[in-house]
Amino acid sequence: MNKLKLIIKREFLAKVKNKSFIVMTILSPLLMVGLFMLIIFLNQKNSEEIRTVAFVDDSQLLTTVFKDTDNTKYVDLTAIGLEEARKQTESSYYGILYIPKSDTLENLSKGILFYSEDSPSLNLISAIENKLEKKIRDLKIEQLNIDINQVKSAETDVEITSENFSGEKSSKIGSILKMITGGGFGYLIFMFIIIYGTSVMRSVIEEKTSRIIEVIISSVKPFQLMLGKILGNALAGVLQFIIWMVSAGFLMFVIASVFGLESASSSSAMGQMNPEMVQQVQETAMSELQLAFLEVKNLPILTIFFSFIVYFIGGYLIYSSIYAAIGAAVDSETDTQQFMMPVMLPLIIAIYVGFSVIENPHGPIALGFSLFPLTSPIVMLMRIPFGVPWWQILTSMILLIGTFILIVWFAAKIYRVGILMYGKKPTYKDLYKWLRY
Amino acid sequence: MENVLTVENVSKNYGNFTALNNVSISVPKGSVFGLLGPNGAGKTSLIRIINQITLPDSGTIYLGGEKLQPQHVHQIGYLPEERGLYKSMKVGEQALYLAQLKGLSKSEAKKKLRLWFEKFDISNWWDKKIQELSKGMAQKVQFIVTVLHSPKLLIFDEPFSGFDPINANLIKDEILKLRDEGASIIFSTHRMESVEELCDNIALINKSNKILDGKLIDIKKQYRTNQFEVGLLSNKNTKEVLLNQVKEHFNVETAATKSFYNDLRLIVSLKNSETSTDLINFLNDKAQINHFTEIIPSTNDIFIKAVGDNE
Repeated sequence: MNKLKLIIKREFLAKVKNKSFIVMTILSPLLMVGLFMLIIFLNQKNSEEIRTVAFVDDSQLLTTVFKDTDNTKYVDLTAIGLEEARKQTESSYYGILYIPKSDTLENLSKGILFYSEDSPSLNLISAIENKLEKKIRDLKIEQLNIDINQVKSAETDVEITSENFSGEKSSKIGSILKMITGGGFGYLIFMFIIIYGTSVMRSVIEEKTSRIIEVIISSVKPFQLMLGKILGNALAGVLQFIIWMVSAGFLMFVIASVFGLESASSSSAMGQMNPEMVQQVQETAMSELQLAFLEVKNLPILTIFFSFIVYFIGGYLIYSSIYAAIGAAVDSETDTQQFMMPVMLPLIIAIYVGFSVIENPHGPIALGFSLFPLTSPIVMLMRIPFGVPWWQILTSMILLIGTFILIVWFAAKIYRVGILMYGKKPTYKDLYKWLRY
Repeated sequence: MENVLTVENVSKNYGNFTALNNVSISVPKGSVFGLLGPNGAGKTSLIRIINQITLPDSGTIYLGGEKLQPQHVHQIGYLPEERGLYKSMKVGEQALYLAQLKGLSKSEAKKKLRLWFEKFDISNWWDKKIQELSKGMAQKVQFIVTVLHSPKLLIFDEPFSGFDPINANLIKDEILKLRDEGASIIFSTHRMESVEELCDNIALINKSNKILDGKLIDIKKQYRTNQFEVGLLSNKNTKEVLLNQVKEHFNVETAATKSFYNDLRLIVSLKNSETSTDLINFLNDKAQINHFTEIIPSTNDIFIKAVGDNE
């Protein structure tokens, strides 16, 4: 027991003192925040861009449709005709919309063209399409001699408020929040398993290539060494995780206060609106925010936290012992390729399944993969924010722990033999033979 | 004499391959025991079993009279043939770690390490990383780590590989000193000249079987061929005559040895009934004797012969 502690300590320190660990731990949060800010910045830049679109309306029916919006301005070039307009457009306009003359409204809707230098933005095109569709529909209604006001009064806007059986309201924001929480934690486990699993593998290979392994296992049992290595690396991972969480939280706080200033300054813009509108805007904003806040409170945070720990430990232990066995079986990292594929496969499948799980968190695929122990740490964690019955969590945890014991047992056998084997690159057949030594 | 280690009928199989077949050895206390054999004979398998790195399929091992148990690893020091240290760890840290794994407390390990580092004059290496040291330097650290916890049984597998002659001598002296202080040593090697110098007892393993063991002196006696190398002073004219005279009575070969004198060097084999006195008396009548020694087989010869006979 005392020796295990020594090994864990050495492995932990060896990992933590490593330059790449220090650099990764410090740089990653900065990089994440930097990336986040870049995305926000680009988004803002994007929405600030104003496009000027010219149009030539030979039909003379649709001219009234083109009203300037925040991002798009329209210029009527019907007077100079298409040919001349195209010449001008090349230099000064984003594109030119051509509406030909036509005898029926039906043909009119088919003949519209958009010329531009590059392929046009899909958003812009669909916005224009919407406008035109609406106008042409109105024109058709007029043609059919139907009172347009009657049609308008028949239009209804349906908005479904969803509520679960225990009476709590759920909102779109809530669903998105669940997706983010589930997806985020699932992905985190995925990353940690891969990063720290390979780290365990590298450490095993290092012991083999530096030939210290036989010196050590003449003092401790190979299983102790393997376990110490796995746990030492896990501790380093937990430390890194905590540092990331704390520093990310701090940086987010800093950013929030910076953005908070911006929203305060934008309230002066609100001042120019009439007081009623301001109130309305504030009210809807408040209720959305409150609802989101409620949703956060409604998330099964305790369950998420508890199961994150269990699934992280379970998943990490399973995969890192497989990684340790692989490291023991080979002589150098280049030889690991053939064994890595089958290990990575369930992890990658789990992430892909995760996407569909977020869409349909209680379907048969979600259930199956969240019970299967090689994918359950990722998939189940993605499901949990949506609420999973206790018996499912329990079953998957039992399966996880059972598999963990089985796999560690197998891995230890391969590890024990592999660490003393040099020279020959083993095949799967060799590994099977080692299990029986 | 009391035995520190007794291996009784140990067998080990890897799948269909037999690494050890019913091998028994006893290592007397306070002696150097040579474990010899060609590559792949099973030496390392046996050493790993003694170190409890692997378990035997059958057979028993006793250390100091007790059946081998996990805590016995603290009483054994092992320098494997495939050896090394963590490259990016500091010398001192690493030695402390390995000593603690052998059951020493941190303070005890530190004290002992200081002593050994001073002895080998390497105190200034404490904060260096292994990768900054030469191979020979790293080997010194490795040796210290092996013997630091004062084990009663030391196992050295090819201890001199990686050392220059000066450092090899240093290590050899340390091994003998440890023996004199009461440690027992198992010494596995292919280098027979070091066996002659160091070993009191040997066992020879070939193809998973022990084919020979006992005191080195006894084995040498056993492999004696009753041959003598003699040198007879002569000149060009008498040489031929002299050779023919000896050939009449004995089986004679010309010796390969180069001599400082212009003498006749011969290897003479005695017949069963004859003694060395008979030979001396015979030769003394014919010429002046300037060289006379019994040819004692070297460990190398015994090794090659024993392995050859076994195959």
